[in-house]
Amino acid sequence: MPTLFEKIRDRHVVTRRGDDVLLYIDRQLIHEVTSPQAFAGLEAAGRSVRRPGAMLAVPDHNVPTTPDRSVRIEDRGSRDQIQALRENALGAGIALFDIDDPRQGIVHIIGPESGLVQPGITVVCGDSHTGTLGAFGAIAFGIGTSEVEHVLATQALWQKMPLQMRVVVTGTLRPFVTPKDVILAVIAEIGAAGGTGYALEFSGETVRRMSMEGRMTVCNMTIEAGARFGLIAPDAVTFAYLKGRPLAPPPSLWDAAVADWKTLPSDPDASWDREVALDASNLEPHVTWGTSPQDALPVGGVVPDPEKQEDPGERARMRRALEYMALSPGTRMIDIPVDKVFIGSCTNSRIEDLRAAAAVAKGRKVHANVTALVVPGSGLVKRQAEEEGLDRVFLDAGFQWRLPGCSMCLGMNPDKLKPGERCASTSNRNFEGRQGPGGRTHLMSPAMAAAAAVSGRIADVREVAR
Amino acid sequence: MREKFLSLSTVGVPLDRTNVDTDAIIPARYLKTIKRTGLGEGLFFAWRYDMDGKERPDFPLNRPEYQGGEVLVAGENFGCGSSREHAVWALMDFGFRAVIAPSFSDIFHNNCLKNGMLPVTLPAADVRSMMDALLAAPGGKVQVDLEGQTVTGPNGEIHAFGVASFAKTCLLEGLDEIALTLTSAAEIDRYERERKKATPWLFLDLAG
Ligand code: SF4
Repeated sequence: MPTLFEKIRDRHVVTRRGDDVLLYIDRQLIHEVTSPQAFAGLEAAGRSVRRPGAMLAVPDHNVPTTPDRSVRIEDRGSRDQIQALRENALGAGIALFDIDDPRQGIVHIIGPESGLVQPGITVVCGDSHTGTLGAFGAIAFGIGTSEVEHVLATQALWQKMPLQMRVVVTGTLRPFVTPKDVILAVIAEIGAAGGTGYALEFSGETVRRMSMEGRMTVCNMTIEAGARFGLIAPDAVTFAYLKGRPLAPPPSLWDAAVADWKTLPSDPDASWDREVALDASNLEPHVTWGTSPQDALPVGGVVPDPEKQEDPGERARMRRALEYMALSPGTRMIDIPVDKVFIGSCTNSRIEDLRAAAAVAKGRKVHANVTALVVPGSGLVKRQAEEEGLDRVFLDAGFQWRLPGCSMCLGMNPDKLKPGERCASTSNRNFEGRQGPGGRTHLMSPAMAAAAAVSGRIADVREVAR
Repeated sequence: MREKFLSLSTVGVPLDRTNVDTDAIIPARYLKTIKRTGLGEGLFFAWRYDMDGKERPDFPLNRPEYQGGEVLVAGENFGCGSSREHAVWALMDFGFRAVIAPSFSDIFHNNCLKNGMLPVTLPAADVRSMMDALLAAPGGKVQVDLEGQTVTGPNGEIHAFGVASFAKTCLLEGLDEIALTLTSAAEIDRYERERKKATPWLFLDLAG
């Protein structure tokens, strides 16, 4: 009767202490922003990395996305963090995809791409979007720097077990409706804190039909519903994605691995602490209007009126969000002009995302008032896109074609919004100042972002592409 | 290296907002450090200062009555968003030792405990009345007693709170959790030996 999560947990228990279990961690991904203090702590205590061979390091959060980055990084803090990562990885014998490595990219993109993220594993990273990797049927979760240090030293973590929630999505998605719209709708339904304390397993025919790329988009944003874990049971799509990747099980162990993975899905009679159902057959492309990912609505909608909200706390939050976003109730979403468009981030910068955006951009021009950026999630995604000619499509349409990194998702590198600028973004967070101080973010899918780029305002991609 | 948490009797600082995310607590540009100290400078930066860098006089952290307060009182889902532990380091560097809220994000809650900072979860109505009292009479005191697991609000009302017993011990004694886990090293070794047989593909060296 156990769930997928419970099966994976049970095989990773090293020992117990009251309600907590010491969970063995198979793999840790490391990036430059949340790891320097962990390595420093380790060194200060005279400890070493227990299993360097179980780690992979990559600089992604603050790397510039312009070609001059391999010559020199202007920003001192970024330079120091990237250098610290390099020294710490090399010093400990940890695999590193350095800034000029063709495999460099956003940590949650390169992990799966390399094949190291597999069904049934536990994998952590000092980044809240690590839940992305649960798309492979893994326990994948974000941790803080102290926990990064704990895993470096012990290869294990003390964990409380989360409650189990199942989200069942049914129905065939209509044209131009994407996994991003599915997850935005789920978050709007359960709220930004609705998943707190839970692991969310996504299931149902709609999820089964998604590619691994789409599944990763869904799991990526579970943290925006407050859940540290998002999972999808492994199936033939998962196995096909992994087969032959450099760090996937080698041919000699492949069949044994697949046989093991097939035992993982939740039992039909597994019990759930909460179940949520979403009929996606009439789902519309979604956009956000406010400063929380739960503020999502169909693109045909209007900015909501806080005064109609009954809960006083929520009313106050909505008022503040509208003030920050400089929007008034009743405004049609498609009448909101944008200054910037960002196609990138660990939510939506995989090859499928770039194809979807390029299909809309093709033969059109970025609106005169808009600056539009395409930042592929990794060097390998970039190379594949170039082989398919997508870079030409974007460049001809007036988009900028950049090098991989987190970029304008969080504005730690030079790609950020200026105060007051409004951005159509394929990333996952529309918090105040997330893309730069005073910047305003509207979250949406890659095709919708491309439609906004060519329209100069938020647009319904179905109208634009007609 | 962790500080011990003792009891507090201090000015309570009300932050009457829900879903306070870690980007608001410490904006990304302040994360470019390889140290844990000095982050207080960036705490709530966009709320403390306007676009020209001038202090916003109404923001609680800028008001003279709340200076020196070590307990922050906030709305639900505090610390949501990014896993950045810098959020906790920034709060502590500024002088906070405890946050009281109706709920916390899971990762932020963990990060607090690892650093000797106490996250106190109280029922929403109790947080509301404490918030209202602190807003109505700025400078009101809040007492936090971890040993007895109670918070005393500005009007003398006492609230009990829950805390996991292991976390409580670690906080009270400032224990080094890694050292404690390493006492289980033999079990970790044994686990690895067994799993190497069951799932050998997970023990291939990623560095090749
Ligand atoms: S792309 Fe954005 S959300 Fe993803 S890891 Fe980078 S900063 Fe975090």
